[in-house]
Amino acid sequence: MTELLSPALILVAAAVAIGPARGHLRSAVVLLAPLLTLWAVWQVPDGVQGTVGFLSYEIEPVEGSPLRRLFATVFALMAWVGGLYAFRLARWYELAAAFAYAAGAIGVCFAGDLITLFLYWELMALFSTVVVWCGGTPAARAAGVRYAIMHLLGGVVLKAGIEGVVVSTGSIQINPMLAQDLYSWMILCGILINAAAPPLSAWLADAYPESSPTGSVFLSAFTTKTAVLALILLFPGEPLLIGVGLFMVMYGIIYALLENDIRRILAYSIVNQVGFMVCAVGIGTPLALNGAAAHAFAHILYKALLFMSAGVVIYRTGKTRCTELGGLFQTMPLTTICCIVGALSISSFPLTSGFTTKSMISLAAANEGLAGVYLLLTAASAGVFLHAGIKFPWFVFFQRDSGLRPADAPWNMALAMVIFSALCIVLGVFPEWLYALLPYPVDYQAYSAGKVLFYLQLLLFSGLAFFLLLPLMKRTETISLDVDWLWRRAAPAVIAWLAGYARPLLDAGGQMNLTGRALLRKFTDRYLGQPHRADSDEQGVFARSWPIGTTALWIAILLSAYVLAYYL
Amino acid sequence: MTTPDREHFLRRPGTITRLWWIFSAILALTVLAQAVVYVKGYFVVDGWFGFGAAYGFLSCLLMVLVAKALGAVLKRPNDYYRERGDHD
Repeated sequence: MTELLSPALILVAAAVAIGPARGHLRSAVVLLAPLLTLWAVWQVPDGVQGTVGFLSYEIEPVEGSPLRRLFATVFALMAWVGGLYAFRLARWYELAAAFAYAAGAIGVCFAGDLITLFLYWELMALFSTVVVWCGGTPAARAAGVRYAIMHLLGGVVLKAGIEGVVVSTGSIQINPMLAQDLYSWMILCGILINAAAPPLSAWLADAYPESSPTGSVFLSAFTTKTAVLALILLFPGEPLLIGVGLFMVMYGIIYALLENDIRRILAYSIVNQVGFMVCAVGIGTPLALNGAAAHAFAHILYKALLFMSAGVVIYRTGKTRCTELGGLFQTMPLTTICCIVGALSISSFPLTSGFTTKSMISLAAANEGLAGVYLLLTAASAGVFLHAGIKFPWFVFFQRDSGLRPADAPWNMALAMVIFSALCIVLGVFPEWLYALLPYPVDYQAYSAGKVLFYLQLLLFSGLAFFLLLPLMKRTETISLDVDWLWRRAAPAVIAWLAGYARPLLDAGGQMNLTGRALLRKFTDRYLGQPHRADSDEQGVFARSWPIGTTALWIAILLSAYVLAYYL
Repeated sequence: MTTPDREHFLRRPGTITRLWWIFSAILALTVLAQAVVYVKGYFVVDGWFGFGAAYGFLSCLLMVLVAKALGAVLKRPNDYYRERGDHD
């Protein structure tokens, strides 16, 4: 029986317990439940762990495989270190929502069938919305509503697609497919909305930066990477994904270069990094899928690390924009160093986790002879160093002296950042530890002198480009328009415009309405009188009293008419 | 850590000039090292001498310029979505 219980349920229980628990007990729940989950994740053997009947379907609540365990491991790790980072600062309901959100992500990892997958998918959508709302500002509330609409819409599309596939194939199994018919297309679209793929990627950079400094750390990890896992399980080798991934990679870089808000830079950079993974799933060879999984693992660690350093800065200074920050390295040395480790990792610098994972994806493209894809991914690697590797730490911790002298991170936040920094470097130096967990056997040499030299040239000359082009990258107090402009600005404007034209029509309609009412009033007065006024003489035709004889006469006439009509 | 009258050593002009020299030397070294280290090219061009350096620099230049051009069209003031009385 216990084999039917998903490790996710431990986090669900913890999310429920966080509210009632108080003081040290609550801290204990936050810090121990993810470790217990991590242990449980590693107790799940390969294969389906039993079935439960639901309607006429056989539900498989828990299915293990190396790929599923890998994602669940990093999600549990994220919940633990995220909890450590947040537990002294975040409100209890934010922690509870974050844990329920993490539970959804881990549940998706072990979902053996499409129905279970959908249920946990929606759990993520609901509680990630709550985490966005925990930002607590009016802007966070509005962004949370837009976020919820987008994800519920994605959920509906996914559900319709799942039902179509289940009806047409008769199976609720999670099997690899290609986007060939309407239903598989709908599943693909539902997943891609969560992956922040174009054209519906604006929700990510809209919502994540509005959450609290602790909330954005959790948000950065789960939704998009669960979508990557779902793509690996359902659409490996779908060629469309190569193009989608490349678009995301470039979109992320360009928008991050334009951005001023420090967490929005990181949010765009999530789209960029997920683009690498989506592209790898599209290539679909064992090496590419290994690369996508490994990169997702590494990405969660260094992206959370970057969001943590941004969170410390926002917590200590209350400022969120590059134009207001700068020179913080003097009083925040630890946060600066951890941020630089994260920035080097995301830029796939040698000896960091980004190098040992992202280069698998590039090699997979090269092995398939995809010259264009390979060259674009390589250019994008340079671009990542530009927008996240240097731009982010430079504008936050260096550039000019903003005069701010905030204290460094509190101990628990510092510890969380140090743990993830250490992991970034460990996975860069000993990549074989991660490679051993990958879904396919790994025959891949992470380091060769030529490759290291090539990447050093690429990255260091991107750095040169950054500093030479600094005048072109002066930060401005602006936001950048995205596709969400269509429903945030254009649609309301069109409606207001139409309403402007419709005004005379409405006025005429209103006039007719008034005239009509007056007529009706006359009619009722004439025939029904004023029945509500007891003391008035009742004047209406039907309101008067009539002699019984007249009534009997009328009934007789009506009955005769009926009999006549019947015989005719 | 820093006293008000004494600038952090990373902020002193002398240090910054020195850092530029060191950085330039490292850049030159990474290109020159290709004379002794073989860089495998998957598509001929990427094995050329100094390809990584030139490609990294030029693609960054292109991306910054494209971003600059798009920024002229896409950038709006911070309160763009708020000025309508958007409740947010």
